[in-house]
Amino acid sequence: MDEKRIRVLVAKPGLDGHDRGAKVVARALRDAGMEVIYTGLRQTPEMIVEAALQEDVDVVGLSILSGAHMALVPRILELLSNQGLENVRVFLGGIIPEEDVPLLKQMGVVEVFGPGANTQTIAQVIRHVGHSPEAS
Amino acid sequence: MTDAGRTAEAILAGDRRTLARVITWIENQEPASRPVLSALYAHTGRAHLVGVTGSPGSGKSTLVNEFAKLIRLRGGTVGIVAVDPTSPFSGGAVLGDRIRMRDLAGDAGVFIRSMASRGSLGGLARTTGEVIKVLDAAGFGTVIVETVGAGQSEVEIARTAHTTVVVQAPGMGDDIQVIKAGILEVADVLVVNKADRPGADSAVKALQMMQRLGRDGRPAMSLHRRWYDSQPRAMEWAQALLPDLNSVDEWEPPVLQTVAISGEGVEEVLDAIRSHWDYLQRSGELKFREAARIERELDLLLREKLMAKLLNRTRGGEFESMLGRLLEREIDPYTAAELLVHRGADCG
Ligand SMILES: Nc1nc2c(ncn2[C@@H]2O[C@H](COP(=O)(O)OP(=O)(O)OP(=O)(O)O)[C@@H](O)[C@H]2O)c(=O)[nH]1
Ligand SMILES: [Mg+2]
Repeated sequence: MDEKRIRVLVAKPGLDGHDRGAKVVARALRDAGMEVIYTGLRQTPEMIVEAALQEDVDVVGLSILSGAHMALVPRILELLSNQGLENVRVFLGGIIPEEDVPLLKQMGVVEVFGPGANTQTIAQVIRHVGHSPEAS
Repeated sequence: MTDAGRTAEAILAGDRRTLARVITWIENQEPASRPVLSALYAHTGRAHLVGVTGSPGSGKSTLVNEFAKLIRLRGGTVGIVAVDPTSPFSGGAVLGDRIRMRDLAGDAGVFIRSMASRGSLGGLARTTGEVIKVLDAAGFGTVIVETVGAGQSEVEIARTAHTTVVVQAPGMGDDIQVIKAGILEVADVLVVNKADRPGADSAVKALQMMQRLGRDGRPAMSLHRRWYDSQPRAMEWAQALLPDLNSVDEWEPPVLQTVAISGEGVEEVLDAIRSHWDYLQRSGELKFREAARIERELDLLLREKLMAKLLNRTRGGEFESMLGRLLEREIDPYTAAELLVHRGADCG
């Protein structure tokens, strides 16, 4: 009998063209036993939320390097909750200034990982919340 | 109404979130999925099921994206299941087929679901067949299934889909590869994609030559016709409807070229896919295919249930002690298995 797998959408909203970091994280999560849906560059918030819904993911990981996080993240969180997906846990990675982190967490982001974050740590944190009862 | 009944109603009414949620239940083989599948079963059997298979990187996802766009232009709706391999080392997977399907975003007439193979061989996950049923019941007129890019042993998809499209790319192997892979036996439509690359014409010619070789003047017996013969009970039933399938001319799979990244040739492939569907209905072969599929499905379900029951009975203390005796070479595994089966049957 198959056990439940944590499903994670790794997405790159915004216009910057670097997805190396997102790919490294996708691979690390796969190696930690998760099913990672990878959707590629330049995703709009609408595309991300639609994919999260169709793929019924437990977790969305966003990689943002462009500096547009304060516009993109609230929009994505709003669309998620419009779709009844408020239980989906949202993580953020990329280049995020320290002073924005508390505000992002207040909005509902579970954790923000900087460019130097260890992929194993990321996998551990995601596994922890992915299995918690809120993220059913 | 029961919970399962309400869930099924929501799916029939087009609730995409419930649809997505139930697919997860099915993938995890959660008991809650069973009554929902039962409730939906009567609503299945309407969609045209199209399988897309072929070697890794040959352009399957890019083609599926093009098919879906065209089907939408023609007014149809599309459910897509894209299977990618599960890592045997970690049990995880990176599911990347959606990257090529971004043109379909924001379209309520399309639903895309990525599936990990979860250890199952043969290009599909064990539960892909059930996921297809749910999309069929949800009302998608065409359900497209992209297999793991294996390029070999594609029998599973050929038995699951009505129409199987095999995608090749130039320079990815020679005639012997084609023979070994058994592509000709399963393909209803053959596509040489990446026709913008050198070698496409010769790939088409090679495929056509292989087709003629296998045929020596008359239609080769396809995988399907052979398969029907191996499902005798279903065949009796189907023959009551259509006495002699062998008197019907067999479908001849066309070999077509495409450039999926530009859409070139895609229209012709979709037309061929639809012609094959018409052929199946017109010739009556669809009835045979359905009968063979259903007999196999029931057979597999029965085996699964019986197996679980019997294993439960035969495992336990006796099984453990047998392991010790095997390690000491006091008994051989063949005798050990026979003994366990006998004792399991006795205490039933
Ligand atoms: N030159 C050329 N490249 C193509 C064509 N079709 C697809 N590609 C490229 O081939 C690569 C693989 O395409 P996919 O559609 O992902 O292939 P796939 O068969 O789905 O791959 P897997 O699912 O990994 O087995 C991508 O980089 C595509 O852009 C084509 O007609 N011509
Ligand atoms: Mg693909």
